[in-house]
Amino acid sequence: MKIVIDGCGKIGKTILASLVAEGHDVVAIDNNPQVLAEITNIYDVMGVCGNGTDSDVLLEAGVETADLVVAMTGSDELNMLTCFLAKKLGAENTIARIRNPEYNDKSLSFMREQMDISLTINPELLTSVELFNLLKLPSAAKVETFSARNFEIVEIKLKPDSALDGMKIMDLRNKFKAKFLISAVCRGEEAYIPDGNFVLKSGDRICISATTLEIIRLMKEIGIQQKSAKKIMIFGGGKLAFYLAKKLSEGKNAVTIIEKKPEVCERLCEALPKVTVVNADGTDQEVLLEEGLLSVDAFVSLTGMDEQNILMSAYAQTKGVPKVITKINRSSLIPLAENWGLDTVISPKVTVSNVLVRYARALENSQGSSVETLYKLMDEKVEVLEFIVKEDSKIIEIPFKDLSLKPNTLVAGIVRNRKTIIPTGDDMFLPQDKVIILAANQRINKLSDIIRG
Amino acid sequence: MNRRMVFYLLGKILYIEAALMSLPLVCSAIYKESKSLFAFVITILLSLGLGLALTKFNRPKDKTIFAKEGFVIVALTWVVMSLIGALPFVISGEIPNFFNAFFETVSGFTTTGASILTDVEAISHGCLFWRSFTHWVGGMGILVLVMAIVPTESGRSMHIARAEMPGPIVGKLVPKLKTTAKILYLIYICFTVLEAILLLAGGMSLFDSILHSLGTAGTGGFGVKADSLASYTPYMQWVIAIFMLIFGVNFNIYYLILVRKIRTAFRSEELWVYIGIVLGAVAIITANVYNSFTNFADALRNATFQVASVITTTGYSTVNFSVWPNLSKGILFLLMFIGGCAGSTAGGLKVSRVVLLVKRVFSNLKRSLHPRSTELIKLEGKKVETDTANGVLVYFALYFICITAVFFLLLFEPFDMETNLTATVSCFNNIGPAYASAWDNYNIYSSFSKVVLSFAMLLGRLEIYPMILLFSPTSWLKRRKIKK
Repeated sequence: MKIVIDGCGKIGKTILASLVAEGHDVVAIDNNPQVLAEITNIYDVMGVCGNGTDSDVLLEAGVETADLVVAMTGSDELNMLTCFLAKKLGAENTIARIRNPEYNDKSLSFMREQMDISLTINPELLTSVELFNLLKLPSAAKVETFSARNFEIVEIKLKPDSALDGMKIMDLRNKFKAKFLISAVCRGEEAYIPDGNFVLKSGDRICISATTLEIIRLMKEIGIQQKSAKKIMIFGGGKLAFYLAKKLSEGKNAVTIIEKKPEVCERLCEALPKVTVVNADGTDQEVLLEEGLLSVDAFVSLTGMDEQNILMSAYAQTKGVPKVITKINRSSLIPLAENWGLDTVISPKVTVSNVLVRYARALENSQGSSVETLYKLMDEKVEVLEFIVKEDSKIIEIPFKDLSLKPNTLVAGIVRNRKTIIPTGDDMFLPQDKVIILAANQRINKLSDIIRG
Repeated sequence: MNRRMVFYLLGKILYIEAALMSLPLVCSAIYKESKSLFAFVITILLSLGLGLALTKFNRPKDKTIFAKEGFVIVALTWVVMSLIGALPFVISGEIPNFFNAFFETVSGFTTTGASILTDVEAISHGCLFWRSFTHWVGGMGILVLVMAIVPTESGRSMHIARAEMPGPIVGKLVPKLKTTAKILYLIYICFTVLEAILLLAGGMSLFDSILHSLGTAGTGGFGVKADSLASYTPYMQWVIAIFMLIFGVNFNIYYLILVRKIRTAFRSEELWVYIGIVLGAVAIITANVYNSFTNFADALRNATFQVASVITTTGYSTVNFSVWPNLSKGILFLLMFIGGCAGSTAGGLKVSRVVLLVKRVFSNLKRSLHPRSTELIKLEGKKVETDTANGVLVYFALYFICITAVFFLLLFEPFDMETNLTATVSCFNNIGPAYASAWDNYNIYSSFSKVVLSFAMLLGRLEIYPMILLFSPTSWLKRRKIKK
């Protein structure tokens, strides 16, 4: 597929990298020649230097034959204009990053319709949802939800004293009453989809898939259950903090935002009446202690600087805050943070690139059963995909024990008539099922890809 | 440097070379030449064996390559390809001296066409085919061929492409490097086949027309006759002259025509400067040599042929132009420096570099009159980045430093200035024939000078940097293994 990406900042570059890895023909537009030189050195893409709202530049990039045009510059207005122009010039689909809260209200769908934009992406809003889920289930390092929260996958790290240490996966279901699957394990650099004989070790990162209720029950039984966070301190008052605080304060949580710039504080205070907004330098440890770091359930650092976020999260960790979440944008810093014990890391650009990869895959095979949701787990080594089974599919009504699945793939769950099934060998795909598939170290485009042959 | 990866890629390239050599092998078999057949079989086996050793016993875990590795891979590839490529000549006993065979092969791959053979017509068909085929492979580039057919190992292959493809700015036609390489080769093959058909239609034998097409396509210049193309008909000479000019044009232009962006294609500044230089040179030389020919048509044909041959750095000839009047000789000598367009198979400085240099000179002259003026250099209607413009200046300086160095090393030979100077410039710019004593034969030089000239040809073809960085110790610094 031919894809044009306008704007190669942090997010644009991540999207570009994942779309190139998917094998698409990518053309990058940026007005900074140095950025383009860097990108064309690292990735197999073509660069066009110029302004993405200039139709000559767009034509040089070949939007008239492009299947998808993605506008990811820092300015919402430029993105909208680029998408509008690209569509008029003949692009099939357009995606714009629009993140200003003022545009993200009722007017958004109106604008999208008028300008014929296929999809708008708000990285901060998407990430705030991810953060919200994490704060509701603090024992997990990562929570992904599928088909209207009927099904969840959580990632946890096995501590040395964990009840699961040294256990065979086969024995787990007998020991614990809950219905669940250990759907993926990451040990060191390698990610596996384990079979029944796999023995868990402390230090492993494991993914558990089950319904939300079952997961809470299981956590209780393993003994790592934590109450969902009620008192939350947010360091940094950017757009992401705004969306998160808004969502949290709607649900009777006590939220404190610490932000250095007075004008930003004023704006936050105006928009979020229930939130305590503190105008102070959050890197000052005294300030954090004064504002009650020792009594909060969770500390979330969301400033624009990775280094600041890592340092203050590490500080909160030493003060015994039960849940510490760190926003890190430079992926090379994530392992460093994990070495410091900061195991819950979020990265908006990864969230956004997942959305785009899913969109591109769905475009690529719009006839077959297309991807509904896509997440990448375990440092992007494992993919989780949600499909809807179509009537004409060749693999329906055959029990799983008779289907030969490819190695390192797993049917983790089926949602049928709003009921979640954790499948065994006797289950089968039926039309209109929503199914959740895990695949390690490979790419699945359509549901039939999981069958060997 | 990631040595394992460099040698791994080198191993793959040896496979390719073995595959390429199967064509002359078939040719030897057709003409039932047992000696050269045997030589190709031995060389192919050796090449496969070495390739196997480098790829099977050397599996790199870390596959990242940076600019450094790109340069070294390209330089090493060309040296190793030439070393192996020389073997068939030695084993078959047709060029028994290894230095001679190496010179001949380097001259082939770099599309120079300078030869040490005193009697070309005595060489077997298989070896002749291989000689011309090296032109064809070297013209578009060995690694570009590798990229077109071998699955890419790393996203950073652009470093390799940039090191091998000539010109100040290396871009792509389409987003993917692999597709770009395929398109380039497709255009290349089409033109080559077309030329062979046209020559065949004019009555040239099949073998000769294939070899001349291969030689023209790569802008090489190895022929099959001692007097190059003098004994062929005017029709054939015109066909070859026109195709030489075609292969001296930037291939991007053909791609633009292919995708029906004809107006953009013909707006190319470089193309018009190139056409202008050719027309100007042809006009002057025709007038200058008019008296030595019987009619105007002959003068025009010979002038056009020689100009096309020299500006595209091919090196075919229909007359001995080293005995032409000084004006014509001088113009042809200057054309040697200019070369064809960037992104073509020709050598030399490249027209776009010359255009940039001239523009830069004028803008600096203007600046000395208006010291506060803002000067911007534009090429093809677009601003040229300062880095690129400075890169061209540095390249120009380096180019003359290298030519001077090669010229100095040749001073130990007992020949006059004209011979040594034109031999240096001719080899460096991948043309072939030089004036005076080295007109059609470089066998007069000692083995030492042959190695120096071979190196000069590689410097010229790869545009200096890769060959120099190959010998820089910092390129070879070992990369530490990361423990996991």
